[in-house]
Amino acid sequence: MIKRVAVIGGGIAGMEAAGLLASRGYDVLLVEKEQDLGGNVAKWDRLFPSKTPASDIVNKIKLGLSPSIKVLTNRTVTRMIRNNDNFALLLSDETLEKVDAILVTTGFQVFDALRKEEYGYGIYDNVITSVDLERMFASKKVLCKNGKEPKCVAFIHCVGSRDEKVNNHYCSRVCCITAVKQAIEMKELYPTADVYCFYMDLRMFGRYYEDFYHDAQAKYSVSFVRGRLSEAGETHDNKIVLKAEDTLIGKPLKVTVDMLVLMTGMESPDTTENLSACLELEQGNDRFITPADPYIHNNCTHRRGIFVAGACTAPKNIPETLADARSAVVAIEDYLFTYTD
Amino acid sequence: MINFGYNINKSSRIDLDKDLNIAKKIVKIEPSFRTCIGCGCCTSTCSANNFTVFNLRKIQLQINRGELQSIRKEVEKCMLCGKCQMICPRGINTRNIILAIFKVID
Repeated sequence: MIKRVAVIGGGIAGMEAAGLLASRGYDVLLVEKEQDLGGNVAKWDRLFPSKTPASDIVNKIKLGLSPSIKVLTNRTVTRMIRNNDNFALLLSDETLEKVDAILVTTGFQVFDALRKEEYGYGIYDNVITSVDLERMFASKKVLCKNGKEPKCVAFIHCVGSRDEKVNNHYCSRVCCITAVKQAIEMKELYPTADVYCFYMDLRMFGRYYEDFYHDAQAKYSVSFVRGRLSEAGETHDNKIVLKAEDTLIGKPLKVTVDMLVLMTGMESPDTTENLSACLELEQGNDRFITPADPYIHNNCTHRRGIFVAGACTAPKNIPETLADARSAVVAIEDYLFTYTD
Repeated sequence: MINFGYNINKSSRIDLDKDLNIAKKIVKIEPSFRTCIGCGCCTSTCSANNFTVFNLRKIQLQINRGELQSIRKEVEKCMLCGKCQMICPRGINTRNIILAIFKVID
């Protein structure tokens, strides 16, 4: 009998895994809580470090989804009933789906910048997040609230990451390189603008990331200031005044900018708590799902027949997420091959 | 010995081989003293340093490196307002650190 796999989460990890499972002859069910597939990546304009349009990647992965896959959008999993090695999943529309294995690919949510009130998001007109800026880049309209071109822009790293005050003590990893990418794109758009990046450590871990950083300095004259923003204020003409310490000089610093971009980090989605409870999964102190072990069984969970892939277990970039999705397919295939129903 | 008027300058480099006991004593009183990532939020938000130079990030680093020459004079500038504690992304108990420095350094 054909084995049936449920993939929960229709972002790039879920789509990649669903496509590969279907092409290996499994009956696949893909559950997505939003109206469209694609997740966070579909909301992005261009990707680091190659500036490839995100839609290219999403569309390529979508091409791998065969028509045999049952795609259920606008739905979530509300309950799981285990019967030996089979699962019955109750969905939010009250339908019941029987499966032999479950793959969780619920990804991440972007940190809500309203929680860092001292940075003025939602209070001052010209404070935006990296997600807002991607939307602006996509619409080819990067302007201040008053419709004018920004002459001075600052990017703030680590917003909602490495911060005990918002209960996110971990590094979100991709914001550093995203800031470098967006700073370069800003300079391409407005070559005479002053662009600053306020960082604590620049974590350029991927291939060509360091080159991208070097380009930002050498080709685009982006200024890097080592210091974390402590507070932002607004002037009478809606500019933003930043207070930080230039920690390499060892002096407090202020700068007035036309636009402030907050590099919001990754969080385990708020829905993880419910999903973990219903699938009996474990969450770490960072609220991401904990795999059976971080090295060899990184796609397995503490529950037999339930697998994980992508950013639901930790912040990951796109190549890592896709590689993780593919390796989960191998783990699921191994599992389904050995078990008898 | 004939004095030619030359002498050897004392080394200005940081010497981690010497006794770093003061830092250890502060850590015992306030363990979060070790967890600074040097972001500078404390210094930029400090109400004491608007007009005078006061840099808690630097003080912390100097103590951890055994550079104690000016510490006593520096920490006296703190007014214990606690703004730095509110902003610290590592949740460091900065007020207790100032009090601990006073306790240990004298």
